[in-house]
Amino acid sequence: MIFKIVNKDDLRSLFESFHEEIEFVGPKLVETKADGKPIYHYLPVDSLDELVLDYDTTEYSAKTYFIPYRETLSSYEFKEKDWEQEIKYRIQPRVIFGLHACDINALLKLDVVFAKDFYPNPYYLSRRKNTFTIGIACNTPCKDGFCKSLGMDTVSRGFDLFLTDLGDRYFVKIGSDRAFNALQKIKTQDISEIDKKDYLTTRLRFKEENQTNVSIENLPNLLDIEFESEVWKKWGDKCLSCGSCAMVCPTCYCYGVSERVSMDFESGKKIKQLYSCNLLDFAMVAGGHNFRPNRETRLKYRYYHQHRGFVESFGQPLCVGCNRCGRVCLSGINPPDVINDLQTEYVK
Amino acid sequence: MKILTHPYDIKQDEDMMQPLDFNRRSRLKHVDKTYKSLITNIIRLTEMEKLFQIRIIDDADRERFSFLPGQFLMLEVPGYGEIPVSISSSPSSKGYLELCIRKAGIVTGALHKAKRGAFVGIRGPFGTYFPMEQMKGHNIMLIAGGLGLAPLRSPVQYVIENRVDYKDVSILYGAKHPDQLLFNYQYEEWHRIDDIELDIIVEKPDENWKGPVGMITKLLKNLNISPDTTYAIVCGPPVMFKFVCGALNQMGIPMQRMFISLERRMHCGMGKCCRCNIGSTYTCIDGPVFDFWTVMNLKEAI
Repeated sequence: MIFKIVNKDDLRSLFESFHEEIEFVGPKLVETKADGKPIYHYLPVDSLDELVLDYDTTEYSAKTYFIPYRETLSSYEFKEKDWEQEIKYRIQPRVIFGLHACDINALLKLDVVFAKDFYPNPYYLSRRKNTFTIGIACNTPCKDGFCKSLGMDTVSRGFDLFLTDLGDRYFVKIGSDRAFNALQKIKTQDISEIDKKDYLTTRLRFKEENQTNVSIENLPNLLDIEFESEVWKKWGDKCLSCGSCAMVCPTCYCYGVSERVSMDFESGKKIKQLYSCNLLDFAMVAGGHNFRPNRETRLKYRYYHQHRGFVESFGQPLCVGCNRCGRVCLSGINPPDVINDLQTEYVK
Repeated sequence: MKILTHPYDIKQDEDMMQPLDFNRRSRLKHVDKTYKSLITNIIRLTEMEKLFQIRIIDDADRERFSFLPGQFLMLEVPGYGEIPVSISSSPSSKGYLELCIRKAGIVTGALHKAKRGAFVGIRGPFGTYFPMEQMKGHNIMLIAGGLGLAPLRSPVQYVIENRVDYKDVSILYGAKHPDQLLFNYQYEEWHRIDDIELDIIVEKPDENWKGPVGMITKLLKNLNISPDTTYAIVCGPPVMFKFVCGALNQMGIPMQRMFISLERRMHCGMGKCCRCNIGSTYTCIDGPVFDFWTVMNLKEAI
């Protein structure tokens, strides 16, 4: 990894120089809650002034820029009794500014599924390769985020640039050749001993402030043993099967495919739409049989996929510990509580 | 700032230019490109099921479409949707395919209304297959319940074409009513020409039915098998697996020699959409054909 020190104003001028010609996405203040807490979203910005880089967390993850909620897989032109299929991939470049470590780690996990596994997905790859990703280190830990427990509070790849705020300057990790070349346009310095010390102090302070701990020890095995546990009934009874958790999750990628026809019957589209395993018909098959008809089995499945299944398949949990699902849940199903419940069940 | 703004066109990727071949994994491909296929004939099998004979139009694609018994494909009716369908024809016929489809929903409903000459799209083949090579030199029992005969017809055809490689072959088939029996025009041929023993049982007989009456497990009771040299392929509704495979295991057939084809509603066929997941196991990649031991270890599988 190549590290550099960049002056804040220099970096700003670099990106200001071309934000006219390229779409810029970053954390933006959209609303303030009744209790005065600001709500941020990753949204396209018109000017760099709109970016709020010292945000704690966003309501939604940035996955929509890589696996959109709704995407056209192919389109059809109908003529007479025949049809023609057409496939397009999104190739417009985009810059995402200010992703936290958890969101970049989430992208790395999506890479495993969509870019590295069987049948690499061109829709995802095209978006990923055409997105210039700039991460920024968290300054203050978000409430309930358990990224530290999962080791997801730091990131060493999967980005073009990763910034750490050192007051007047940024400590920059360079993750790609295109980022390296871009930085040639402005003044950069090699890191000094003082910079290194400042950087490590900042990271250490963050680790100390980040107090949320979830015991993920032995979790895959534990989930297997506790398959019939009462814990699932307890939390499953609360679940409204609304699918909000999957919507805000940075790694939930399950989807469904459906087709639409234009009003004049001249064209049609095959559409991929993100889904949630908590929705009632997720595991429904032809003839109406549902393999997971109960709320608790569907909720359980979500945890199984994230913390057991994915570990089995790819050697790492799918969860990054951002706890967006816990915050958004209407009935207060909080993953740290669910996991801790399971752990205590085990001890009992 | 050319470096950032220069768009990367995934279509120009070198791998992308190679011909599509779903059997070669981990290569970047137009995964949602379908092979356009023509419905050449439609045969009504029962009130609910029809057999569709389809042909991939492009000559090169048709030749390239090689599958093994037990694999499935994704069948798309543009404008209606896409469904996973098991292949009922012999692997040696490649891109000339036969699909047995029950009328059950939107896409299958549209197919049942379709006439000869309609165009559909297919992607595939996907998934695991019955290890026909490994079974050579052994006895084979093919056990089907209801629509389960559709995916079993492919291994049956394979066995018929390579009859010399297999010892005793038997088909045990159970259905609700006699008029729900699939492929009944072939039974005589299978039995007399291909030396396959055929036992059929129905649950609710009509006045013309002369065969046995009851559940499929009843056929297993007076069975005389040599467990050391027998493979079993079982296909049918989920509830059937436990009873049939349990009974076979009692008779001494090892679980690794019983193969099951599971049913899930896949939306992609490539291990992406998670709709067919059993725990973490993708039915589309790790299945649909599993041995019984694997299925026993999958929670909520059957």
